[in-house]
Amino acid sequence: MTDWPLWEVFVRARRGLSHVHVGSLHAADAEHALRNARDLYTRRQEGVSVWVVPAERITASAPEDRGSFYDPAEDKVYRHPTFYPVPDGVEHL
Amino acid sequence: MSGNENGAPQAEVDTATAAYVLRLGDDALIASQRLAELAARGPQLEEDVALANIALDLLGQARVLLDYAGRLEEQLTGVLRTEDDLAFLRDERQFCNARLVELPNTDFAHTVARQLLFSGYALELYTALQGSADETVAGVAGKAVKEVAYHRDHAARWAVRLGDGTEESSERMAAALEACWPYTGELFTPDEVTRTVAAAGVGADPAGLRPGWDAFIDGVLAEAGLHRPETAQITGPAGLGGRQGVHTEHLGYLLAEMQHIHRSHPGATW
Repeated sequence: MTDWPLWEVFVRARRGLSHVHVGSLHAADAEHALRNARDLYTRRQEGVSVWVVPAERITASAPEDRGSFYDPAEDKVYRHPTFYPVPDGVEHL
Repeated sequence: MSGNENGAPQAEVDTATAAYVLRLGDDALIASQRLAELAARGPQLEEDVALANIALDLLGQARVLLDYAGRLEEQLTGVLRTEDDLAFLRDERQFCNARLVELPNTDFAHTVARQLLFSGYALELYTALQGSADETVAGVAGKAVKEVAYHRDHAARWAVRLGDGTEESSERMAAALEACWPYTGELFTPDEVTRTVAAAGVGADPAGLRPGWDAFIDGVLAEAGLHRPETAQITGPAGLGGRQGVHTEHLGYLLAEMQHIHRSHPGATW
C-alpha cells in the first residue's frame, strides 16, 4: 500500500477562520483521504471542516528562489497603509 | 420504565433490562478489544489510527453500558459490580456478547467484514434505542448513533474498495464475509429478555432491526460486486449462542489477553 498517493490536509478550526494546512497523509482516493484526515487530524476537536488536496497538484515555490521571490519587497514600505499620514479632517478612517 | 404494555411485573422488566444492558455493553467491549489488537499493527499507518479511533468509540460505549448494567444489577441483588468487575472478573460463560464480535482478525478483510456486519446492526439498534423509555439507554444511544454511523461508513467503503479491487482483494473479502455470515442470525433472534424489554419500551425487538440491516448490507454487497453468502447459521449446543454465554473458541483467548493484567494485579491503578 506504499503506492497510495500523498494528500495535503487543511482544517478549519471553527466558523469564520480559514482552512490551515495541518499535515499530510496517504490514501487511495479523495473520499478515502477525507476520512483518513478526519481520523488523523480532528480527533481532538481540531476542526469543523476539512479539505484534502493531492500533494502533486500543489505547485510550490523553491527555497533557492527565496531571494528573487521575496527580498525585493523588503524596501517597499509604501505598500503598507501605515506609511501614509492621515490628513486631519478625513472621516471614516 | 412506564410503558409496560404487556403487563409484565416490574421486577421481571428490571431483571430483563439489566440483562439487556449487559448484552449491549458486552457487544461493545468485545468488539472494541478485537479492534484494539490491531493498534500499532494496522495494515497501514492511517488505517491503524482509524481502527484505534473506532475501538475507542466502542470502549466508551462499553464503559457507560457496563457501569449502568452493574447499577441495575445492584438494585436487584444488593451487590454492586463495577464496570471493571464486569469487564475483567467474569469468565467466558458469563459474557453475553454476540459471537460475531469475537471473531478473529484473520486478515484485514475479516476485520472489515466483521465491522460491516456489526456496525450495520449497531446503527439500526441505536437508532431505535434513541426512543427508549429508559433515559440512560436513550442517552447512550443518542451519542452512539453518530459514532456507529461513521463505523458503518468506514467498513462499507473498505468492503467496496476490497470487493471491487483486485482479484485477490475480492477473493479475500468474499471469504471473510462467508466466515462471518453464520454468526449474523444471532443479532436478530428474539428471546425472553428482548421480548420483555421491547414490550416495556426499553429495548428494541431484534427482528425489527433486520429489514434495515438487510437493505443496507445488500446495497454494499451490490456496489462491491459481492454476493450474500449462502452459508448456514451456526448455533451452539441446543441452539444456544453468545447471548446465553456459549461462545466460539476465540473468546477465551481474547479474554485471557484482556483480563490478565487486572487479575494479576488486583486493584492496581495508574
